[in-house]
Amino acid sequence: MLAQRKPGILNRFYLIEIVRGLWITLRNFLFHEKVTLQFPEQRRDYSPRYRGQHYIKTVNEVENCTACMLCPTVCPAECIHIVAGEREDKEKYPIKFEIDILRCCFCGMCEEACPKDAIKLSNIYEMSQEHREVYTKDFLLEQRGNKK
Amino acid sequence: MTPEISFMLIKVAIVLTGLLAVVPIMLFVERRGSALIQNRLGPNRMGPFGMFQAACDVLKFIFKEDSTPTHVNKFYYTIAPWLVVIPAFMTFAVIPFAGSLSMDGNHFNFQVANLDVGVLYCFAIASLGVYGIIMAGWASNNKYSLLGSLRSSAQMISYELTLGLSIVGLMMIFQSVRLGDIAAAQGETLFTVAGLNVPKWGIFIQPVGFLLFLISVFAETNRLPFDLPEGESELIAGYHLEYGSMKFALFMMGEFINMSVASALIATLFFGGWQLLPGLAWVVQQVANITQVDVLLVTVLFQGVSFVIKVAFFMWFFVWVRWTLPRFRFDQLMNLGWKVLFPLGLVNLFVTGILIYKGVL
Ligand code: SF4
Ligand code: SF4
Repeated sequence: MLAQRKPGILNRFYLIEIVRGLWITLRNFLFHEKVTLQFPEQRRDYSPRYRGQHYIKTVNEVENCTACMLCPTVCPAECIHIVAGEREDKEKYPIKFEIDILRCCFCGMCEEACPKDAIKLSNIYEMSQEHREVYTKDFLLEQRGNKK
Repeated sequence: MTPEISFMLIKVAIVLTGLLAVVPIMLFVERRGSALIQNRLGPNRMGPFGMFQAACDVLKFIFKEDSTPTHVNKFYYTIAPWLVVIPAFMTFAVIPFAGSLSMDGNHFNFQVANLDVGVLYCFAIASLGVYGIIMAGWASNNKYSLLGSLRSSAQMISYELTLGLSIVGLMMIFQSVRLGDIAAAQGETLFTVAGLNVPKWGIFIQPVGFLLFLISVFAETNRLPFDLPEGESELIAGYHLEYGSMKFALFMMGEFINMSVASALIATLFFGGWQLLPGLAWVVQQVANITQVDVLLVTVLFQGVSFVIKVAFFMWFFVWVRWTLPRFRFDQLMNLGWKVLFPLGLVNLFVTGILIYKGVL
């Protein structure tokens, strides 16, 4: 239902209200603090829980990932592709670890599913590219935006 | 070349360059003004305060592909933008931008054409602009464009009545339709309060007429709150929906130039036109004393400056109002035009007539 509001006689004579409106805009124009963030120089700080660009956490230059395949299983976009292999010390590790980032919906389920605290989403949000990018293992291992 | 002709060419050049310069300046003012009113910053990267952004915008328009949709009527589609821009330029011809000057037996009139019909010529030419809009809407072969131009024609015709009526009172008082005469007559003193001379500006003798004129001029220039022909929320962009690149830029130019003509008319009719702003007479004396230039020349210069300041204020006012008021609904617009402004105009005329008869004005 529409709420019916009866404007008073002064309000119906629009001009006074218009002048008040003009005063409001003038005040905003002159005095109000401007909210614009001048991007490349100023950046917005997102919360640590922000889900941005992926990386795989390393300890002593060795990736945490054991290629358990939990993240490709849980990924709703099916954009993680892992080829598992075996290291000298019989440890399982990913030979290939690719994220087809264009399909990723940044849901963060891979991070949640990972038992080894390996795949993580950083705070980086500037990810525009001039070509279709697939994040390779080398790329993911650079500790870009490591949250520790 | 006789001095008259060369002086005439100079005047034409001044007016043309002035009007063309208005477009980028207004682009800048509109974009940054709107941004600041909305607590944003607006384009501030190109040049000082982002002033060269307008140049970039214009360059972009020039280098964009000038494509013509296949479903339009090519002939009318092409000439419509010109029909909006050219009348806009023509209207400025009768507006005096400084007082007259007599030197060495020559008489200079700072007005491109001192026509006897004056302000009537302004209205006649300005209403030609609606043909461009109707043609654009019709030739675009698009229902939104057509609706936009239909609205625009209805709106312009309704508000032209009020526009005309609102200044009849002024014409009766000044007994002239020549803008030069009207501007000159406003230099007289209306009354003196505490040593301050209140000039006989139109706004003081015709306050209601001024309000009516202001409101209908907003409707005539299709600016918010009366920009129903464009109404982007319901009509996408109205009559210029099918236009791109330079053709669209022409419509925009037409709008800005119409705005400057409207501001110039408001200034001339109601704010003394080229009459010096209060306080400037003293400055003129000082400047003439210091530089030893003929006082008449300095006066003319400062009259031009006063005129530009007045016009600039009203241009800013257009922008200011645009970012303050929401758009009217079409029936509200028509109600306002026919049931409020038009009768008010008639009453105003009647009262003015009585006052003149009684000898008050
Ligand atoms: S964030 Fe979501 S969509 Fe992206 S890789 Fe991880 S699980 Fe898949
Ligand atoms: S869930 Fe973690 S450990 Fe398992 S494959 Fe994915 S990144 Fe590697």
